[in-house]
Amino acid sequence: MSEPLIELQNVSKHFGPTKALTGVSLAVHPGRILCLLGDNGAGKSTLIKVLSGYHPPSAGQILWEGRETRFSEPREARKLGIATVHQDVGTIPLMSVGRNFFLGAEPVRGRWPFRRFDSGHANRVALEQIRAFGISRVEDGEQLVGTMSGGERQVLAIGRAMYFGARLLILDEPTSALGVKEASFVLKMMTQARAAGAAIVFITHNARHAMSVGDDFAVLIHGEIAARFSRGEKSREEVLNLMAGGDEMAELEEHLEGIH
Amino acid sequence: MRKLIRRPEIGAVAAFLVTYLFFVVMTSGAGFVSADGTAGWLNLAAELGIVAVPVGLLMISGEFDLSIGSTVGMASMILALGTRYFGLPDWSMILLALVAGGGVGLANGLAVVRTGLPSFIVTLAANFIVIGGTMGVSRLIANVTSSSVAVSDPVKWLFAARWDQANIAILWWAAVALVGWWVLSKSPFGSWIYATGGNATAARGAGVPVDRVKIRLFISTGVAAAFVGVIQAVQWNSGNATYGMGYVFQAPIVVVIGGVLLTGGYGTVVGVVFGTALFGVISTGIFYTGWNTDWVQLFLGALLGVAVFANTQIRRLALQGR
Ligand SMILES: Nc1ncnc2c1ncn2[C@@H]1O[C@H](COP(=O)(O)OP(=O)(O)O)[C@@H](O)[C@H]1O
Ligand SMILES: [Mg+2]
Repeated sequence: MSEPLIELQNVSKHFGPTKALTGVSLAVHPGRILCLLGDNGAGKSTLIKVLSGYHPPSAGQILWEGRETRFSEPREARKLGIATVHQDVGTIPLMSVGRNFFLGAEPVRGRWPFRRFDSGHANRVALEQIRAFGISRVEDGEQLVGTMSGGERQVLAIGRAMYFGARLLILDEPTSALGVKEASFVLKMMTQARAAGAAIVFITHNARHAMSVGDDFAVLIHGEIAARFSRGEKSREEVLNLMAGGDEMAELEEHLEGIH
Repeated sequence: MRKLIRRPEIGAVAAFLVTYLFFVVMTSGAGFVSADGTAGWLNLAAELGIVAVPVGLLMISGEFDLSIGSTVGMASMILALGTRYFGLPDWSMILLALVAGGGVGLANGLAVVRTGLPSFIVTLAANFIVIGGTMGVSRLIANVTSSSVAVSDPVKWLFAARWDQANIAILWWAAVALVGWWVLSKSPFGSWIYATGGNATAARGAGVPVDRVKIRLFISTGVAAAFVGVIQAVQWNSGNATYGMGYVFQAPIVVVIGGVLLTGGYGTVVGVVFGTALFGVISTGIFYTGWNTDWVQLFLGALLGVAVFANTQIRRLALQGR
């Protein structure tokens, strides 16, 4: 396997008395999808916030391409090529597709003081990019993002990250609010990003989604890594068992039958 | 057409046209549509409009500024005391007044982003601090809370020139609106303003320096308020700590009537301009009808209520289908 792109060593994160993460170590490799599994409150969101520069770790270190790194704000992580797509806060609903796509990296034309946002270019590129991933219902770059479906918005956000050359793509529950068809759309897009060489952290509590695209898996329970394994090493039942901490397995199995 | 109905300024433009026509009919022959009548409502709208444009941008970014009123008074007193009491050159006092206005904005901005407190409260407090401070310091220095000004002819022309009844402030309003429109709809900074008000967390994640965006906008409302303070001091040949107090709520009211969402993230400068014009038309139109001007308040209150309701509807429509 290649060298890890980013590595956490013994990372802990406390919010006052709450221990959100304790001694977490994990590595993410280019061209691989690491699935981070865990129940609500397990610390998944905190972990990605540490990875993407929103929170400094309380203890432990972050290695980027083998070198120790500290992010004082998300902007710094972004500069290195770390792109985070949050579950529901990735886009600005009352802003156009073009402006959303280029937010924070606006293309301009003309000279100062008449330098202006190049909306023609922005709209064209944004449409091209989401079309490449099969979103054809959106025909106008001026359209407000709030008019798009949840899946279309995820595609827009992931497409934007890839367009700007993201090397580490962090996706927080990108499929959990989606219908079956849209979820498979987003999963396919992740495999395309992987093929392009990106390292991907995929957070989910849907074991099926995880098993369908994941290369490496880590299960987080109460802020600690409870298990770590690679594709094919464990069955879906074992994974579900791990995620649930061994309890309520019968109920889960029943639920699983319902999905089939 | 359906696209047009979803524009945030559509309500303000329609309300303006209807109200204008209403007063044209109600005041026929009284001179409301004459050059002087038109200059009358434009004058009134212009001074408010110079503040309302930056306040609109600030509200789109999701913040309030209620300290603008006392900043107008403070700036007028700086110019008055500086030129009359200390005999200092007018240009340097104008500069000082604008810098002081920017300073109030900077303080507001820093206080809001550092403490995370609602800007509504922070700037309301600032409003009292600034007017109290202006009165206190003026009394200490000259034992007055108002004073006449002494300015040169070029300054008089630039800030208070008059053609028949029309004040030069109307041109300043147009210039401020043009700059505001450019910044919001044409410059990259405009995207940052919308994103900051629309979803600050996502904006921050995308690399938008949301704190700096807010601070810059607070500075711009402070400078604009000070600019109006200078205009009023030159125009009325006096400074007074209480100038501008009417703007504290008038500015946010015309901004909301102009289609800016109270929660931020949506709105246009064109809307704010029409909201302000509407305010001017109502305030002077009532006068031409011969009715008691007390009705202005009722009219504005009703309009504000309708506007807030209409804005939520327009937002809902905007997020519907394509
Ligand atoms: N900013 C914060 N301040 C205080 N506690 C927090 C904060 N963020 C998360 N936590 C706590 O840390 C724990 C892990 O939360 P989180 O990372 O959101 O879990 P998950 O995303 O797996 O559901 C929870 O107990 C949560 O209440
Ligand atoms: Mg979470």
